[in-house]
Amino acid sequence: MKSVLVIGGGIAGIQSSLDLANRGYHIYLVEREPSIGGHMALLDKTFPTNDCSMCILAPKMNECNAHPNIDILSYSEVMDLSGNAGDFTARVQRKARYINEEKCTGCGDCTAKCPSKVPNEYNGNLDKRKSIFLPYPQAVPRVMTIDREHCIYLTKGKCGNCKKVCNAGAVDYEQKDTFVDLNVAAVIVATGFDMFDPTHMQEYGYGKYANVITAMEYERMICASGPTGGHLETAPDKEHPGKIAFIQCVGSRDLQHNPYCCSVCCMHAIKESILAREHYEDIKPYIFYTDLRAVGKGFEEYAVRGEKEYGIKYIRGRPGQITEDASTKTLTVWYDDTVNRKVKGLEVDMAVLCTSLIPAKGSDKLAAILDIELDEYGLYKSRDELTAPLDTRRPGVFIAGYCQSPKDIPESVAQGSGAAARATEVAGGAYI
Amino acid sequence: MKDEPRIGVFVCHCGTNIGGYVDVPSVVEYARTLVGVVHAERNTYTCADDGLTAIKKAIKDHNLNRVIVASCTPRTHAPLFRSAVADAGLNPYLFELVNIREHCSWVHMKEKEAATQKAKDLIRMGVARTALLEPQEEIRISVTPSALVIGGGIAGMTAALSIANQGFKVDIVEKDSEMGGMLRYLNDLYPGGRKASLVMDEFIGKVKNHPKIEVHTSSTIKKVDGYIGNFTVSVQNEKVPLDIKTGIIVVATGADEFKPVNLYGYSGSGNVLTELELEERLKNGSLQKLDSAIFIQCVGSRGEGRSYCSRICCNVAIKNSKLLKQTFPEADINILHNGIHAYGTYEKMYREAQELGVGFRKYSKEKPPEVTVDGERMRVKLYHELMGREIEYTPDIIVLSTPLIPHPENGDLSRMLKVPLGQDGFFLEAHVKLRPVDFATDGIFLCGSARAPADIIESINQGYSAASRAAIPLMNGYVQAEAITAVVDETKCIGCGYCASICPYRAASMNEKTVVAEEVSYITRKSYINPALCKGCGTCAAGCPAGAITPNHFTLPQIMATIKAFQQPGAYIYDRIKA
Ligand SMILES: Cc1cc2nc3c(=O)[nH]c(=O)nc-3n(C[C@H](O)[C@H](O)[C@H](O)COP(=O)(O)OP(=O)(O)OC[C@H]3O[C@@H](n4cnc5c(N)ncnc54)[C@H](O)[C@@H]3O)c2cc1C
Ligand code: SF4
Ligand code: SF4
Repeated sequence: MKSVLVIGGGIAGIQSSLDLANRGYHIYLVEREPSIGGHMALLDKTFPTNDCSMCILAPKMNECNAHPNIDILSYSEVMDLSGNAGDFTARVQRKARYINEEKCTGCGDCTAKCPSKVPNEYNGNLDKRKSIFLPYPQAVPRVMTIDREHCIYLTKGKCGNCKKVCNAGAVDYEQKDTFVDLNVAAVIVATGFDMFDPTHMQEYGYGKYANVITAMEYERMICASGPTGGHLETAPDKEHPGKIAFIQCVGSRDLQHNPYCCSVCCMHAIKESILAREHYEDIKPYIFYTDLRAVGKGFEEYAVRGEKEYGIKYIRGRPGQITEDASTKTLTVWYDDTVNRKVKGLEVDMAVLCTSLIPAKGSDKLAAILDIELDEYGLYKSRDELTAPLDTRRPGVFIAGYCQSPKDIPESVAQGSGAAARATEVAGGAYI
Repeated sequence: MKDEPRIGVFVCHCGTNIGGYVDVPSVVEYARTLVGVVHAERNTYTCADDGLTAIKKAIKDHNLNRVIVASCTPRTHAPLFRSAVADAGLNPYLFELVNIREHCSWVHMKEKEAATQKAKDLIRMGVARTALLEPQEEIRISVTPSALVIGGGIAGMTAALSIANQGFKVDIVEKDSEMGGMLRYLNDLYPGGRKASLVMDEFIGKVKNHPKIEVHTSSTIKKVDGYIGNFTVSVQNEKVPLDIKTGIIVVATGADEFKPVNLYGYSGSGNVLTELELEERLKNGSLQKLDSAIFIQCVGSRGEGRSYCSRICCNVAIKNSKLLKQTFPEADINILHNGIHAYGTYEKMYREAQELGVGFRKYSKEKPPEVTVDGERMRVKLYHELMGREIEYTPDIIVLSTPLIPHPENGDLSRMLKVPLGQDGFFLEAHVKLRPVDFATDGIFLCGSARAPADIIESINQGYSAASRAAIPLMNGYVQAEAITAVVDETKCIGCGYCASICPYRAASMNEKTVVAEEVSYITRKSYINPALCKGCGTCAAGCPAGAITPNHFTLPQIMATIKAFQQPGAYIYDRIKA
């Protein structure tokens, strides 16, 4: 059986893996986080159908896990790729998670007894997780990981609670990073994106004002399984906001930060506004946009419905500043009313920054390892941007999903499948 | 059914999706009291790995012969649970999913007690039905190892090349005399500005030289018979009609440009053009020198009647405006728009056009631009939203960016293939988020502008995508068919043929049978349902006047038991209803 290496276990990489595994290829799915799922696992609902994101993703994650042809190598990274199309050798680093994956049942007894709490990055840092943790309940594979930066035993040699309580004997503080060499016929890179950090854009006060949050944080907050159980909380009294402002293109379409348009933020702001209204009838959502780019199938209709049925107010213009009333924590969004040509202030209880989706951390390093090129934005460069979007300059190495160019879930799925087709062509030796 | 039911019930919290509104522990307690239930438990997420493990373990520990999961929708989750049940050695059809999320917790978020009661009712009904479930067998259908692609544009050619490169024979059916589709009429392509003819020739060359691809130009589809793995497609060609046997079908028929007759002074001639007509003039060099040009966006889209955004027209207008500006640097070129949709990295093209001096002027939906054509003279009036006043232009040409619209013949094709169109007239995929190039009908796939307006890159991406999906059954050589099908009791069938006339999947047909009686033998008609085609929808069973058809897994006794259980709250006693 021929093998294919898929790097990145977001929706694009999952689709590539399943398409290939279902036609008889063996897949090594390498994911650097403890769980596959990527960003889709962190979203609440998805536009334009408002399908629950985890509900449609979880079956695919589980299918990967249960598939006899798929090996998931989570918490792992590719360190080297030698050889040629049809016959590559990939060296993969399996980071020590201090857990024996075979033994861990994911019962969570250890988590309950772990005294070390750290900000939960899988919930937008809005709550705490333990040092021995599952990123979220539907994590795949369902095995614990110990965070070596924060674990009291690993940093100070004290505690050891988790090992004591683990009935399966899965905790192993002596575990070391290991390396495996995999022989594969083709490689698919689907490393997705990371979120732009708007802290240094002082005009919006992110990190300074309690009620300025990012869209990713908002997705977690509005999600029923998120840190607030789906409740939108504002400072100081945890009341839900009366007015919410969504600020588009934060860090994107911006020559100083990220010149491209992220393609999805207008749509997710509309979705998030609709969800706000579905949770609380009295919320008034405002979207400050540059161009309202609702370009996919059924998207324009969704935008119109947002306005007509959910009362979203679309305001054209990029706010110059957000200020805060220190006592009430209420915010004022200052913007150029481009229709009336006046500077105006809108008082809101919460401002959501729709920040840029930027190339995944470490894309430059991975590009060097794989000997593929980056484009001017730091995304992986296609061999031919027009006619060979899925190919890279290295034969047998393909790209799919957001890491190739900005795109939403169905387009990532389509490319994930497409890359599987290209990989099959190469692996079959019919065409390189 | 010989064995006494030993049912296990697994109630899912679905995080807080169910657990937040339904009192799950009390539902579990209740389930334990139902006759036939020997085990009940709750899980945070039954679909998570530990949930599935719990099911398998309980089947072993409690010797379960039936399983119920009370959770979300079977549409997404039934296959997962069925395979878990099968892993533990049970027939996967001895499983029932009771939906207490979409049908219960989500719609009764504000009535927790009533939601809990309803969850109990639903489970009681599920238990009654499950007790009567029978094992079903899945059949394997062999697959003809070849593909048929309808449409020889860039999406269809990409799909064909990829399927052929994966090792299978491909027939391309193209209605025009040449392949290339929309590319045949285009000038330069974005991004990059390569000549459309070069790209097209490269693809056509590869297709023509590929030993596994056969091209049928000037050919149309007349009839489609069969099912996944075994289609027969009748093709009408100038010369001879042809029957092609194929395992799968890819729809890549593209779309048309909308001709905006009577809008903005467009008449089909003169200097009010569509983008495609401008491309033709640029391509054949017939565009005269100009001092001023106006592009108007969203003509015939994003409004009454045609609500969608056609996705590509902003980028097309930007590309062409740049080209005009480069050709005639002195000319005044303006794009009148209602938001410029240069998504993704196309933003760069937008910026370049601005740097070249192309003007972008926003109009409002309420006050679109006005065009008057008076002989050679054309006038465009724009209410400039941002400047708050009217501007007048007297351009040499006006270019109208009109949407891609579905082909008029999509309706016929959709009927022949038995695949749906969306409200907008484009072909409708199986799932908007996760199955963008599959049809709900197995073995048929779609790509390119037949699905929704798409540009070259997107059409190529989708072409590969359809090729990948199509190659799965081709490479496996077989598919597993639906086990839940309808069966005919020939002793009851009166041969009326009503089922054959109403089956939406054309699975029912009438066969002639010779009956030999003592003295005479005579010919009679009996219904036959092809298990490979039947989707188990039950239409025929409901329609059959003689009650001769039973859909497996949804038998009359099973349905009656469900209804009876609904009527008997509290202590429902499982009683077996004989057919
Ligand atoms: C706030 C927000 C809301 C959104 N809402 C929607 C929506 O409603 N509908 C919609 O269609 N789209 C939405 N999107 C867009 C959607 O998230 C993306 O289109 C999609 O997730 C892209 O999938 P992907 O697989 O390409 O990338 P990702 O989901 O980012 O997956 C990439 C995976 O690769 C892993 N990885 C990265 N680098 C490496 C490495 N070096 N080695 C190994 N693994 C690596 C990552 O950990 C990750 O698991 C939204 C985006 C945001 C930010
Ligand atoms: S040893 Fe580390 S992980 Fe285990 S309980 Fe202690 S702090 Fe937590
Ligand atoms: S169950 Fe549906 S698909 Fe099957 S034969 Fe009857 S009508 Fe046709």
